[in-house]
Parts: sequence; structure tokens; C-alpha cells
Amino acid sequence: MEEFLRLEKIHKSFVGVHALKGVDFTLRKGEIHCLVGENGCGKSTLIKIISGVLQPDSGRIFVEGQPVASLGSAATMARGIQVIYQDLSLFPNLTVAENIAIAEVKERGAGVVDWDEVRRIAQEAMARIHVDLDLDAEVGELPIGVQQLVAICRALTSDLKLLILDEPTASLPKRDIENLLSVVRDLQAHGIAVLFVSHKLNEIFAVAERITVFRDGERVATLPPNELDDDRLVALMTGRTLARKVFAFADAGARKVLQVRGLSKRNHFADVSLELRAGEIVGLTGLIGSGRTELALALFGISPAESGEIRVEGKPVQIRSVKDAVAAGIAYVPENRLVQGLVMKHSVEANVTATVLDRLLGRLGLVDPARKQALAREWIKALGVNVSDPAVPVQTLSGGNQQKVVIAKWLAASPRILILDGPTVGVDVMAKAAIHEYVRGLAARGMAVLLITDEEAEAVANTNRILVMRAGRIRGEMVAATAEAEQVQQLVEAPS
Amino acid sequence: MRAAEAVGGMLRGLLRHNETWLAILIVVLSAAITIANPAFLTYENVAGFLKSCSMVGIMAVGVLIVLILSGSPDVSFTAIAQVVEYAVAVATLQWGGNIYLALAAAAAMGVLMGLVNGAIVHWFRVPTIIVTIATFNIYFGMLYVITHGKLINLVHPMFHDFGNTLLFSRVSSIGASYGLSLMTLVWLGTVLLGWFILRKTFLGRSVFAIGGNEVAAERLGIAMLRTRLFAFGLVGLLSGVAAVVHLSIVQAVVPNIIVGKELEVIAAVVLGGASVFGGKGTALGAALGVLLFAILNNGLTLLNVSSYWYNVTIGVVITVAITNSAYQALRHRRARVHVKVEP
Repeated sequence: MEEFLRLEKIHKSFVGVHALKGVDFTLRKGEIHCLVGENGCGKSTLIKIISGVLQPDSGRIFVEGQPVASLGSAATMARGIQVIYQDLSLFPNLTVAENIAIAEVKERGAGVVDWDEVRRIAQEAMARIHVDLDLDAEVGELPIGVQQLVAICRALTSDLKLLILDEPTASLPKRDIENLLSVVRDLQAHGIAVLFVSHKLNEIFAVAERITVFRDGERVATLPPNELDDDRLVALMTGRTLARKVFAFADAGARKVLQVRGLSKRNHFADVSLELRAGEIVGLTGLIGSGRTELALALFGISPAESGEIRVEGKPVQIRSVKDAVAAGIAYVPENRLVQGLVMKHSVEANVTATVLDRLLGRLGLVDPARKQALAREWIKALGVNVSDPAVPVQTLSGGNQQKVVIAKWLAASPRILILDGPTVGVDVMAKAAIHEYVRGLAARGMAVLLITDEEAEAVANTNRILVMRAGRIRGEMVAATAEAEQVQQLVEAPS
Repeated sequence: MRAAEAVGGMLRGLLRHNETWLAILIVVLSAAITIANPAFLTYENVAGFLKSCSMVGIMAVGVLIVLILSGSPDVSFTAIAQVVEYAVAVATLQWGGNIYLALAAAAAMGVLMGLVNGAIVHWFRVPTIIVTIATFNIYFGMLYVITHGKLINLVHPMFHDFGNTLLFSRVSSIGASYGLSLMTLVWLGTVLLGWFILRKTFLGRSVFAIGGNEVAAERLGIAMLRTRLFAFGLVGLLSGVAAVVHLSIVQAVVPNIIVGKELEVIAAVVLGGASVFGGKGTALGAALGVLLFAILNNGLTLLNVSSYWYNVTIGVVITVAITNSAYQALRHRRARVHVKVEP
């Protein structure tokens, strides 16, 4: 197959960091190519060079066989290269039609906008990937999966030859991922190459023709998916082999820490009963809208249940607020850490210690800064958060490290019951393994953990029992040791 | 049947628009005031309050555009208008000239002061409201430093002629002529201009794009500096025009008469459907907002109600607009929580 893009011996350094160390990389016309690697491996830098946001220090770039001096943002667009960033770059206040057409309208440079033309451009782009969206809908009102299609349509309004999707599936529910992947295949049918950057290994295998693995600023391998399996890929990415141990619950007779009976809340969930023993990790899975997150929010008092009974350590407790939940020893690490879990502009230290400030009081009842700092450092070390200084704002950390900070924040309050909602969404393989390892460690020390997850495989490998929710009710319970991920998935997706 | 459905669909479409509700509110309020005092719905009275709110109406268009762009209101526009009004009054007394020259000079001065705001917002990334609070004090403070707050009781007669130009004029029983003021037409012209810019030009759409997602607009290569300077320059320009309109109506300069009207204008704009977080708003909505406030003000006077209620209303409108926008945003985030629980 013909080459579209060739990079030769690309070097790029930032202050003190050699981000790309002489990378060679080729991309064929119309191929689906995946770029994987841990955070900081250089894949983001590579994308920025291809998309013209960054200029390489040295090396050569060829587009369709022609050498190009360097790629500037405008020049890359002119060569048919478009990037869709994780945040999608859409305008929530504008309609679907205008969001799709705006780049093309700007390109044409007319001062007066022809609204019929705007609709025509949008319709044409949608027709190319066989989607049919309401042109007049405001984009901010649409679900994230549909917004992604709008972003792809916008890219299609130009003479597109290479579409780069940066972590396109990180925030997508499962059904939307399927939809996206079929659109990607559709693009390929039009001869458009797609360069995918993803953390999720299983999706990559589903669509890629070639997979390129990066590690420490170098390209370590480019292989077709049939020459790779999960373990090999992880080994290439990390340079180590991951010991995949399955969680084993040591003490089936341990005391019951949490007992829930007949918990209900209208339009949220109904008649939920479950038990957690000390040291046990129980998985909770189900589609978005099955009520699993709503159940967690009720147990943590954010939106309390209307009826039913909750017992902690055998004693009935009323959970009507977060304060009640924390007093009962329940901690919750939310699904969307950015919204619910962290104050992004505050320091790692401030975030980690936010739940326990009342225990760090010094003289005069004021918070003792030395004790606060000491506690933050302790947790940073315990969880292996990769940060040089606890005073840096959380928003400067990678996704995996942010997740560790949220976990640290709640663990600092030493809870008896820990509810983790999607703890490994959007983090890379090694950070994921580290989080799993850590959660098991907590269980080994007697904490009861409720692990809410989208990934059946994660539940199977890391829990003792798996509860499946569907349409607001618990529809099944499986023993993780004997369950297969496929079985769990069938139960999750069974028609009700 | 089909016709009825089509009409129904059209009605539902109309009711989604903030402007429709405002228009209904205006009709209802007007009817109520007329029942209490029939003098309200007379040509003379309506033409009168349409003239008196033309300055606020002209400013509102500029304020709307900056609010859409930056999600934070400009508050310096009254100080700009005040400075321009004083300078134009003094300069025309000194050198004469004609009304077109006066308008052009006023617009140019206004643009200059607006551009200063725009440049600071662009290069120093400071929120509009902070920058304009600062420049408000600079502009207004300088005016007092130079003039010592001296009133101007006599202005050039051309402002009298301009301000009293009437269309479709009639003569009242006591011999005074009344009719549709040219000032009202200047306001309507401004609204049309605002509608055209916001709806039809790429520059206007860029204002919406930046207001909706600044980072995305920059990535797309939208001319950030040009768009910002345009919006802030336009507020300045319209403040200059509004100053001449005000001078022509009042025919005197009290150097602190325009400042203090910021909230009234901003309230009218948000009542017209502009989001206090930016990215949303229409010129028609802003005009209807101004009109509703003018009717309210006039109605309170006709009904002998204390005019302080007018200030209370402005405060209530701003509070409701802000909490409503915030509430919608919150509701939006929570929309996900709705599980169809099986019976």
C-alpha cells in the first residue's frame, strides 16, 4: 500500500526531557493505525508534530512522498490532516450544522454567512459517514457520543486524508464506542487513514490494521494485531511483564461490614440488597443508566435513598447526607474525578488532605501546615503518585495520577467501606495495574470495597463476587473465580 | 387537519424562543397598565417612552455583543458615553460643526476607548468585568479631574434640532407637537445592525464561537484579536452614538447622569435572553428587554408607584437571570440521572 506520511529520525526535546529520540514512523494511505504507550512515552508529542502544533528539533517529514520543511497548523489542514482532541473542540452554544460547517465557512473566507450553504455542507459531511443528526440541535444538549460524530463530520468538510483521534473512547459509553468504530471503518472505505490513540487495549484489536507501540520516546514495535495479544502489548509498552493475578478472597467468614436491604429510590433504583464483608472486593457492573452509579451516590448520601435499610458493622445507619456517610466510615471515589472528586486548580496537598482537615488542627484550632504537608507526602509515597512537589495544582498531573490523588483523598479519612466508581477509566495500563494492586492491598488490610466498573474483565479479575444491575435492579450475582467476562456481559446486556 | 398541525408546530417552535415570551409579557403588561390608566396606550405616550429609552437601547446592542463574546459584561460603556457626551458638547460649542461631524467624532472617540478595553482583555487575559471596572474609573475619573464636574446648561442648537426631529408628527391639544422620534429610529437602526452582524456575518459568528468555546475557536484559527477588538470597539462606537442621542434629547450635560445606568442596560440584555456565561443572545431579545423595562418604568410613573420599584425590578431580573443560567447548567449535569426502573 502507498505511503501517506513518513517521519524519519524525528527528535524533540523539551526543557530537560528528550520526548522523541530519533523516531521513524510511516502511515499508509487509508489504513487504521493505532498508537499506544504509557503516559509520557512520546505519543502525544508525535501527534503534535504530525498535526503541526509542535516543530521537531531535527528529522525529516514526507507527506505523499514530498518532503515538507515542517508542518504548521494551517499547512497540515491544507494537506488533509485533522486532529480531533479528547475535548472535541466543539461549540456547545451552536447548532450541529454550524459546528460541522464552521471550519469550511471560515476557509472560504466570505464575510457574510449563507445559512443554506451551512446546512448543505453539514448534510454532505453527515452523508459521508451515514449518520443522520438533527442539524438544528444545540451541540451542548447532545450526549458525548453524538458530539464525537459532529466533530468527525467537521473534519470531513475538508479534503480529509488523515484523521487523528486522540483518546476518542476515553469518555464514551460502550454502545457509542461500537458506533464510533463502525464510523472509523467507514472512513477507511473512503480511503481516509485514521490514527487512533487509545488506552483501551481491546478496542484497538477490534479495528487496527497496524499497532505502533511507544516507550520512553522511542518506537519499540509496529505490528499487525494478530501478532499481538494483551500480555505482549503490555510487555512492549512497559518493558516489563505484568504479573496477572486474580483476586482471591481470603476469609469468606469475615464479619459483614455493610448490609443493604430493599434500598429504593424512585427513578433511580429499586429493592437493592447487598452485603460486603471485611476484606472483600465486590464488583458492581451494568450499563450506563442501569442505576449502578445512582446506587453508589445513595450509599454515599449525595442523593439519598427513599426507603430500605443500611447497616454498617451490624448497626442500622441513616444516610441522608455525605456527612452521615463519612461518619459511618464510607468513602466514595467518583466516576468523573474531574467534576466530583478534585479541585483541579488546587494543589495535590490541598486535595489529599481536604477530607481530614479537622484532624490536622494545631494550636488555636487552625490547620497545622506542617502536619498537613507530612500527611500529603505520606499518601503521595504510599500510592506512588508521580509528582515532584505536593504544591503543584492537580490539573497538571496525568489522568492516572489524578485518579491516585482522588483515592488518596478518601483513604486519608481511613474508611471501612470504599466505593470506587470506574477507578481505572482513562488511565494507562501500568497505572491501572498499580491501582488494582493498591485496592487489593486495602482489602487485605480489612477494608470492604465496592468496585463499580464498565469492564467485565476488570470485575472478573479483581473481585470476589460480581453484582449485575439492569434497569434499576440487581439482576444477578456471579462468583468471580468461575465467571467468564463474556457471561457477565451477556447478563449486563440481556433484554429486560 | 394538516394545516392545524403545521400551525401547532409553528407555535411550539415560536414558544421555544425567549423573544416570544418577552413579546407576550410586553402585551400583557401593556394591557394591564392601559386598564389602570388609559393614557398609557396613546400615540403620544408610546412615542415618548420609545424616545426616552433609545439611548439605553443603542447601548444594549453593544453590551450584548461583548457579553456573548466574553461571558462577562462590559461595565465601562456608560463612562465612555459620559466622556464622549461632555467632549462633544464642549467641542461643538467651541468649533461649531454639524450633527454628522458630531456623530462621527463621538463614534471615533468611543471606538478608541473601547479598543483599549479590548486590547487589555486580549493581551492580558483579564475578565472583561475586571478590565472595564478599572477603565470605567479611569475614564470617569479623568472626566471629573478635567471638568471638575461642571454642568453644561447650554449646548449647540444642532442637538436640539436633531433630538426634536419627528416623523408622523401630530399636534396635541395644548399645542405641542409629538410623533415618532428620529432617536427611536437610530435605536431601531442599531438593532438591525446588531442583528445583521450577529446572525449574518462571519465576524458575528466568531463572537458566538469564542463565547462558546475559546480554546476551540483558537484551534480553528478564528481571528481572536480582530474579533475581540471588533466587539469592544463596537461597544465604544455605540456608546458614542448613544451619547449624542442622549445629548440631543436632554440638551444639557450633567456629567454623572449616564453613569449608573450600567445595570439597567445589562439587565435588559439578560432579560432579552443573553446568557451571563456568554455564547447566547439575540439583538431582537435585547431590544425587547429594553422595551419591557421602558414600559415598566413608564407604567410605574403613570400608576403613581414609587420609581424605586424600578430599581428593585432590575435587581430581581439580574438575580433571576444568573440563578436560572446556573440552575440550567446544574440540571444539565444531572440530566444523566434518570433510570427506568422496572416494576
